[in-house]
Amino acid sequence: MKKIIALLLAAVMVFALAACANNGGSEEAKGMSESPIAEVALKADYEVPADFKIGFICLHDENSTYDLNFLNAVDKIKEALKLTDEQVIVRVNVPEGNECYVAAKDLVTEGCKIVFANSFGHENFMIQAAKEFPNVQFCHATGTKAHTEGLDNYHNAFASIYEGRFLAGVAAGLKLNEMIEAGKFTAEEAKMGYVGAFTYAEVISGYTSFYLGAKSVCPTVTMDVQFTGSWYDATEEKNAAEALIARDCKLISQHADSMGAPGACEAKGIPNVSYNGSTYESCYETFIISSAINWAPYYNYIIGQVVKGEKIDADWCGGIAEGSVVLTGINQDVAAEGTFEKIQALVEDIKAGKLNIFDTANFTVGGKAVENYKADVDTDAAFQPDTEVVDDGFFHESEYRSAPYFDLRIDGITLLNEKF
Amino acid sequence: MKKMNFHIVKREPMAWYKSVLVRAAAIVAALLVSAVVITILTGKNPFEVYASMVSGAFGSSLRIWSLLQNTAILLCISLAVTPAFKMKFWNCGAEGQVLISGLATTAVMMFLGDSLPYPVLLLVMLAASVLAGVIWAVIPAFFKAMWNTNETLFTLMMNYVAIQFVAFFLKYFVKSGSGVLAPMPEHGLPVLAGQSYLLNIIIVVALTVLVYIYLKKTKQGYEISVVGESENTAKYIGINVRKVVVRTLVVSGALCGIAGLLLVGGTNHTISTTTVDGRGFTAIMVSWLGKFNPVYMVMTSFLIVFLQRGASQVSTDFRLPSAISDIVTGIILFFIIGCEFFLQYKILSAKNRKEND
Repeated sequence: MKKIIALLLAAVMVFALAACANNGGSEEAKGMSESPIAEVALKADYEVPADFKIGFICLHDENSTYDLNFLNAVDKIKEALKLTDEQVIVRVNVPEGNECYVAAKDLVTEGCKIVFANSFGHENFMIQAAKEFPNVQFCHATGTKAHTEGLDNYHNAFASIYEGRFLAGVAAGLKLNEMIEAGKFTAEEAKMGYVGAFTYAEVISGYTSFYLGAKSVCPTVTMDVQFTGSWYDATEEKNAAEALIARDCKLISQHADSMGAPGACEAKGIPNVSYNGSTYESCYETFIISSAINWAPYYNYIIGQVVKGEKIDADWCGGIAEGSVVLTGINQDVAAEGTFEKIQALVEDIKAGKLNIFDTANFTVGGKAVENYKADVDTDAAFQPDTEVVDDGFFHESEYRSAPYFDLRIDGITLLNEKF
Repeated sequence: MKKMNFHIVKREPMAWYKSVLVRAAAIVAALLVSAVVITILTGKNPFEVYASMVSGAFGSSLRIWSLLQNTAILLCISLAVTPAFKMKFWNCGAEGQVLISGLATTAVMMFLGDSLPYPVLLLVMLAASVLAGVIWAVIPAFFKAMWNTNETLFTLMMNYVAIQFVAFFLKYFVKSGSGVLAPMPEHGLPVLAGQSYLLNIIIVVALTVLVYIYLKKTKQGYEISVVGESENTAKYIGINVRKVVVRTLVVSGALCGIAGLLLVGGTNHTISTTTVDGRGFTAIMVSWLGKFNPVYMVMTSFLIVFLQRGASQVSTDFRLPSAISDIVTGIILFFIIGCEFFLQYKILSAKNRKEND
């Protein structure tokens, strides 16, 4: 009996070794590379006075990857500008309700010159506070109303994260190509899955740019999208990822804030392109790359404007050049050969303005090329399209306001459900 | 047979100064235990943590107003559930009753705010929210009175119905993706002396006095006590139990309606599914801890709100997960509830018992 067990164990070990050898090409893990986008250093051409204070309002705390991303940027700017604990006040777990207005007022009473809030649903309450305190600057990430509200002290900000998602999509496409070449499936079977939170422009813009990135290197790729109806729901996100894997999706990406989808991918051995930050630590067998927004450049900008006594733009959208759009390193044990070099080259193209992500030559809607399209850019009571956004052969995302408004349903992507 | 080696015996009522001392000792003990827990779990200095709690509740005039305002709302909801509880009608539906009243207030502010003159608007808001609260409370009371259905389950389920109603109407009210209804302070309750929360506080103080008189000094209040003590006694002395049940729930619902009005019209000026934020349930604890006495309930609701405000300040000052402050709140409440037990009962070892006999 013992001998049989010993034999079995030996056989298992041999298989395990063989599997490793297949997977990475060698037995040793190569780990993470550098980021293909060189880091942009935070530069401050101003001196922050000792009595300057800034307050941050976050929907959740460090446990949400979305909020963690904002909090990490707070730490970065604090270090770069040598701000003290008294100068930077952070309020976490502030719901999208009257609590946000009270928290904003409280930060003003504490002496903050700038109040920043990070969640879409905070917007109305930030505007309410902004009307009450005209001498304090209220900055809101992901909001849509600053350009129509007409307040001098209320501002929106975002980043052209679709560029980051496109690049992450390229990494996904290259991985699919590698799997096709290895004979794991045919080019026609190359299908990705995407776990989205809500069927809003922000998510649509994100998954479309991701898909276009993949398609630019793997032309036969298609994609299924499943929405969860929540920004943070680990169970729903896991279920959605598993459902997509069961539908034969060969690679998964997500736009939702828990570890649900990456965790499901790791458990099933399906490659994953992540968001908000690296999930390599817990998913080192499947993580490829992640795009994220770095908010530190925006913090640097608003603090600088206030210290210098200059106006803050109603809408601010940072890109790769500003250091607002970043990529993590690439997991060299999972990503296809040559991913790093390919992305690096594309980064240069984007910086040089040679690559438009939403180039109308690269996608169709209902089988037809898009020649013009009116988007609902102004958030008003009408909820009607109001601005022409296709011009010069591409869709002008984040130009007429910082928050995304790309909401076209392009061919090749199937929505399995919709959640508003 | 194995003998129990201790007994629990009801105490004689304690002198008032003794009972105050016991309660103070309980709070001190709770703070000490919490201090140890904080130090072990987080390595922070517990005194700094307590200082941050106090500053969260009293640190600025805004925070004091906010503390009083939140106490007023919690107290108002606690006043609402008290008559029902005193009658041993387990109304776990305050959450839904307040929420549905808030929804009624919101709807009036939204659709009639621009067309009605302001004084009329206020009256319509009051009528709509009280009516909504009463309907939500009377439905389970009616079923209980007529067919003796289980009011705990019924009122709990009504909460979910109310939450889903709000979710449904928010989809209808708000067409943008956020699902957040923009606040409408222009249609809110009047602001007294430049203090937006003052009116809420005055109204709740008045309600506290009224509910106290209603429960202690009126025939209806007496009937509630009798039905609560023994339904059969009530029937025997000719009280119409069904009528008392439904009437008391009308009072409960109306008070929840006022809470909803104050919360939406006086504070938030908007609504979401979490506007009541569990206060319908916390109110049950406030009411029990205050022994159904509106005057004691002022203190218990103040204590609970102080702990909540302080705790959220701690988690934000020290960037600790909010669970830590929940643990501290839990420890403090545990000691306070525990000391109530020891104020009413004493534990005797079997040996002592014998000697006593």
